[in-house]
Amino acid sequence: MIVLQTAVLFAVAIGGTAVVFAREPLRQAMVVGVYGFILALLFMVFQAPDVALSEIVICTVAIPIMILLALAKIREHEEESD
Amino acid sequence: MISFLPYAVAAWLIAIGLYGIVTSNNLVHLVVCLSVVQSATYVLLLAIGYKTGGQAPIFADIPVGTTAVDPVVQALSLVDIVVEATVTALLLALAVQAHKRFGSIDPDDLRPLAG
Amino acid sequence: MSLRGRRALFLVSIPVALLVLVAAFAGLPDFGNYSGVYGRALNLIAVPQRHATDVVTAVNFDYRAFDTMGEEFILFAAVLGLAVVLRSMREEHRRASHEADEEHKFDEPSSLLRAFGVLLVGPVLVIGLYIVSHGAITPGGGFQGGVILAAALLIVFLAGEYLAMKFVAPHALVEFGEAAGAGGYVLVGFGGLVFAGVFFKNFIGLGDPAHILSAGTIPISNGAVGIEVAGAFVLLWTEFLDQALVIRGK
Repeated sequence: MIVLQTAVLFAVAIGGTAVVFAREPLRQAMVVGVYGFILALLFMVFQAPDVALSEIVICTVAIPIMILLALAKIREHEEESD
Repeated sequence: MISFLPYAVAAWLIAIGLYGIVTSNNLVHLVVCLSVVQSATYVLLLAIGYKTGGQAPIFADIPVGTTAVDPVVQALSLVDIVVEATVTALLLALAVQAHKRFGSIDPDDLRPLAG
Repeated sequence: MSLRGRRALFLVSIPVALLVLVAAFAGLPDFGNYSGVYGRALNLIAVPQRHATDVVTAVNFDYRAFDTMGEEFILFAAVLGLAVVLRSMREEHRRASHEADEEHKFDEPSSLLRAFGVLLVGPVLVIGLYIVSHGAITPGGGFQGGVILAAALLIVFLAGEYLAMKFVAPHALVEFGEAAGAGGYVLVGFGGLVFAGVFFKNFIGLGDPAHILSAGTIPISNGAVGIEVAGAFVLLWTEFLDQALVIRGK
């Protein structure tokens, strides 16, 4: 259990760094989905299934959808004003 | 070493998220970095409430009285995650309107509103 | 301030902030040795007192129900703010549906996507309802189940088109549902005040633990929160979709 927790903690740190350094918002939407899964794994290992369920549902469904819709609107507005 | 690692990871996530916010050149990227900072608080809360050898605080199949981790921090984090998503949506809407108004989503290009 | 100046200032000040943070963390108990009394007491008395086997849901909807009401209203206010921010500005207009009928979607979805969508809507809806209703027994509850229910509606949009989603969930009905959920939760609190003397106190019979109709008012609160969260997220996505698909500049 200790080994598992240490490994997942390191994965969370790497995942957070990856989210920040994915400068392109489209790529960042996908990375945030993966980061949400790793965080949910961490919460499961910390014996918190409710929080893990909440995190999966939000970070893989709600946040990427909103990023993609905001990007669609911004890109379409840019095309229109050209 | 293990006794300090979760807090170190939480501090690292706060620092790297703040770095992303400070050096961002895209408003949408900035909003997602803010959610990284928020996830650091969940890691911190759950790490505080953890008990070595504890089970999840669900007593449907284990008898009442077995060592379980703290349920109060889990209750706080659970609701906070859902509310965070809504606030992120509000910030993204502000970014969309800023693009409509100023024509760019670079934070350096935003000027104070006139009139 | 230029990007370089900002980065330099940040790299100078973040070690100081981290030092203060680490000094604060040093005062925390060691990882794995939390000795908070409240959590331990709740783990022991939640099942006998409240007949709810999921202590986290019992904390959210009974022991700290007032805080959950506040959080629910944060959600409500954020959706309200988003609707105000994204209202059509003066020089925009809504594309009339007859002139843009074939354009109310991004691209023609592939047939695989449509097939998966049709197959998935039913099970996702059932899973969402299961998680909302079993909040007091197993991990779950109104917040998680509400987002799953909203995702079921999103699948309708992804596999079909925007007008199909608007037909299944018209704007007025979704708004009403969200407000009804928020109001319903407060009504449960007032029911506790009227029938049991304390705001949010349980006032209907507790059943057997680990059966679905147990834990008193918790399933009702879960249902209200589930409806409200589902309505809030459907509203959020509809507002964004309106922006992306329907509203056009001059």
